[in-house]
Amino acid sequence: MIVATLQEPDDFEAWRDEARRLVSQGHAPHEVSWRDAAESEDLFAAPPAHTFSPAPATSARTVRANRAFLDQAHLAILHRDGARLDLLYRILWRLQDEPRLLGDPADPDAGALHRLVRQVRRDIHKMRAFLRFRAMPEDTGPPRYLAWFEPDHRIERANAAFFRDRFASQRWSILTPRLTLHWDGKSLNEAPPARREDVPAHDATEDLWLGYYRSIFNPARLKVGAMVKEMPRRYWKNLPEAAQIPALIAGAQQREAAMIATGAPPADEPAPTTREALADGIAQCRRCPIGCNGTAPVLGEGPLDPPLLILGEQPGDTEERTGRPFVGPAGELLNAHLTRAGIARAQAYVTNAVKHFKFERQGRRLLHQNPTANEIDHCRWWLEAERALVRPRAILALGASAGRALLGRTPSIGRERGCPIPLPDGTPMWLTVHPSYLLRLNGAASTRETERFKADLALVSAHLARENRLHTPA
Amino acid sequence: MQTAKEEHIKNDMSQLSVLERLEILADAAKYDASCASSGTAKRDSRDGKGLGSTAGMGICHAYAPDGRCISLLKLLLTNHCIFDCHYCVNRKSSNVRRARFTPREVVDLTLSFYRRNYIEGLFLSSGIVRTASHTMEQLIEVARSLREDHDFRGYIHLKTIPEAEAELVERAGRWADRVSINVELPTEQGLARLAPDKKTRQIEGAMGTVRDAIVAGKDASARYRSAPRFAPAGQSTQMVVGADGTNDTQIVERASTLYRGFGLRRVYYSAFSPIPSSSAVLPLKRPPLLREHRLYQSDWLIRFYGFSTSDVRRAAGPEGMLPLDIDPKLAWALESREVFPVDLNRAPREMLLRVPGLGTKAVDAILAARRHRTLRLEDVARLTVSVRKLRPFVTTTDWRPVTLLDRADLRAQLAPKPKQLELFA
Repeated sequence: MIVATLQEPDDFEAWRDEARRLVSQGHAPHEVSWRDAAESEDLFAAPPAHTFSPAPATSARTVRANRAFLDQAHLAILHRDGARLDLLYRILWRLQDEPRLLGDPADPDAGALHRLVRQVRRDIHKMRAFLRFRAMPEDTGPPRYLAWFEPDHRIERANAAFFRDRFASQRWSILTPRLTLHWDGKSLNEAPPARREDVPAHDATEDLWLGYYRSIFNPARLKVGAMVKEMPRRYWKNLPEAAQIPALIAGAQQREAAMIATGAPPADEPAPTTREALADGIAQCRRCPIGCNGTAPVLGEGPLDPPLLILGEQPGDTEERTGRPFVGPAGELLNAHLTRAGIARAQAYVTNAVKHFKFERQGRRLLHQNPTANEIDHCRWWLEAERALVRPRAILALGASAGRALLGRTPSIGRERGCPIPLPDGTPMWLTVHPSYLLRLNGAASTRETERFKADLALVSAHLARENRLHTPA
Repeated sequence: MQTAKEEHIKNDMSQLSVLERLEILADAAKYDASCASSGTAKRDSRDGKGLGSTAGMGICHAYAPDGRCISLLKLLLTNHCIFDCHYCVNRKSSNVRRARFTPREVVDLTLSFYRRNYIEGLFLSSGIVRTASHTMEQLIEVARSLREDHDFRGYIHLKTIPEAEAELVERAGRWADRVSINVELPTEQGLARLAPDKKTRQIEGAMGTVRDAIVAGKDASARYRSAPRFAPAGQSTQMVVGADGTNDTQIVERASTLYRGFGLRRVYYSAFSPIPSSSAVLPLKRPPLLREHRLYQSDWLIRFYGFSTSDVRRAAGPEGMLPLDIDPKLAWALESREVFPVDLNRAPREMLLRVPGLGTKAVDAILAARRHRTLRLEDVARLTVSVRKLRPFVTTTDWRPVTLLDRADLRAQLAPKPKQLELFA
């Protein structure tokens, strides 16, 4: 049995020279046992490989190896598996008679080589990905960048060129348990191994990176398995951002639990189909800040299947106290205009885009506050349920908030009033201002706007009269 | 009005630290699915000048607990926006916290992250402030400064604003490796309903401009070595899935039209995910994440496996929705049993690619191995991940799926065992 010893475990040239000699002398794989110098039990007792008596010169033959083998062997030798050298030798031996051996992935030796190469390649890639520099200020000039990395295989030297090509303009050092690589801006040097503590403990930019990592993560889609597959836990100890992972996962789970506690998103529940269910649901709704401010909800009132639904913005304090829509000053003005236009409020269904009263407390007074677009959008789910239940044949929307609740966008009243807008289900909708707007105006503006409001109501009235003829032929 | 808004922006800038603004603007950018940094021209800074390198393959420098790769510093320049797109967390009517970076700040962040090996480069997008063209100029300024002032040779992806002037879109491609324009929604009606400020024709017009510029740039570099490169990593786009009623078949057909029409490198799908302060015009039920995954799989089948949109339509069934419990290739195979079993020792490459459980690598391995031997099932097992899924669809010298293919419960046999897939999705 010949023992061949490799002094440096990643020294491909030394292995190739020795292997070529042994093959040319006709030593079959079972006669040769390969060792790494560092791993042999007694480093100095092992006889150097070249001391073995050469086989008779007559049996020497030319050793051939193809490109594919050399490329793969270059990488495979970096693997930590002690059996890699024997495998490489066995393949080199077989290649002499089976030059196409490596082209057959179903061959066990070729398959084993592929596996080693794949694992080394992956390790090289992960070092490029997961190595993190910290800046160390220098007395003069720009900082030096230091990194600590623990690769699985002996890839440090093989990877040095990548970091040189990328960071040639900055000075850097890569510290590993096996050796240290220094780049001084001009040349690459090796030094003995270093310790993790030799890298600065802190770098202010790292805090920004940690913040970035926390923020770019989408807690609505936790996929821990997919993360661990690509970023195995053994790398985490040298990745500053990985320390945050447990907290991020716990936070995402809490967030989900909180969502379940406060009521799942509405569409997970069926929309209410009775007035009672609708009233209960609205009373319990806490999906936006207005729902949580402790006021009583104000529900719509009026008959089902009405010729007209009148939609306001939101209840005021009078409405909140009485629990009925449009009973305050704006409601009185609306009633007066409806009567004048010949629209019977009792036959219409009257409701609001937002069901709770939004206010700002000023001393003892509760001042009306407009709902935000977002709050209107949230409450829209209830309005849709209400419309499906009430089934109005036409809708009068008072103000931009009411318009948004029906259209999903904030309409321009000035441009869009005066002719019906068909909603997706075909219901015609008229848009006009909210009566409270008229209350805030005075002088010429008040007169002008009141006239326009009357004109809008007249159009609705005319439509209802036409519809009425259609529905109840005299 | 304008100055009041500017004033407001100044205020929140003076109040928020860089870290706070980074958190807001990264958070605002995370709904963009793309993170790829691959497929651009090869560059390095071996000459000791400049900073950075790119190779064919991008590098994922970290993975977030949502399983997604972090390759680029993905940021919005600002999340202020004058548009009101319902599916977007940054829409005008949303009450998220707003912040803004100056181009200079983004340049500094990119460089200091790059020097520490956190990232491959920058993916910059923005909410629209003042006008589309003004915003686009700000984005271009970041890319220009990185390239010209700092000789940055890493990757730059700019999200292009289709409403900006065409000349600006072309300028973006001079500095960026990749430019992208989001089509946002698969159908014109969806766009009209959910993104009222955007127009399909405008988006496609801008994509056409980019396509022409890329073609012209390639043509010029082929003739003159010194010709300026234009977006060497090409252009991509993104569609929000599940925000409107479009089915999978329609989405795949739309994507295929886009690939063909605009020479896209990638179409990204982003499962509409319930965003804080989401709008009620949207379906509030979250589409399963698996749907996004199935769409990517069918995208792959079309791009690398020789499938056509009609094959995908067949897999999707009469409802036009790809099954969630099995992958689209298996779904197609179950609907196309007449073409199976496939003889692994004789079938051409196109047919091998159609076998469920065989990927492109396994197919290459089989083609290589069968030049040396006649394959038995155990040889195949060495070349593939799992032979179990394969068996009903193939023959080898020692294997023939006599009755398996005719079994009515084949799907149940092959579908993965039901388990709780997305506890927190």
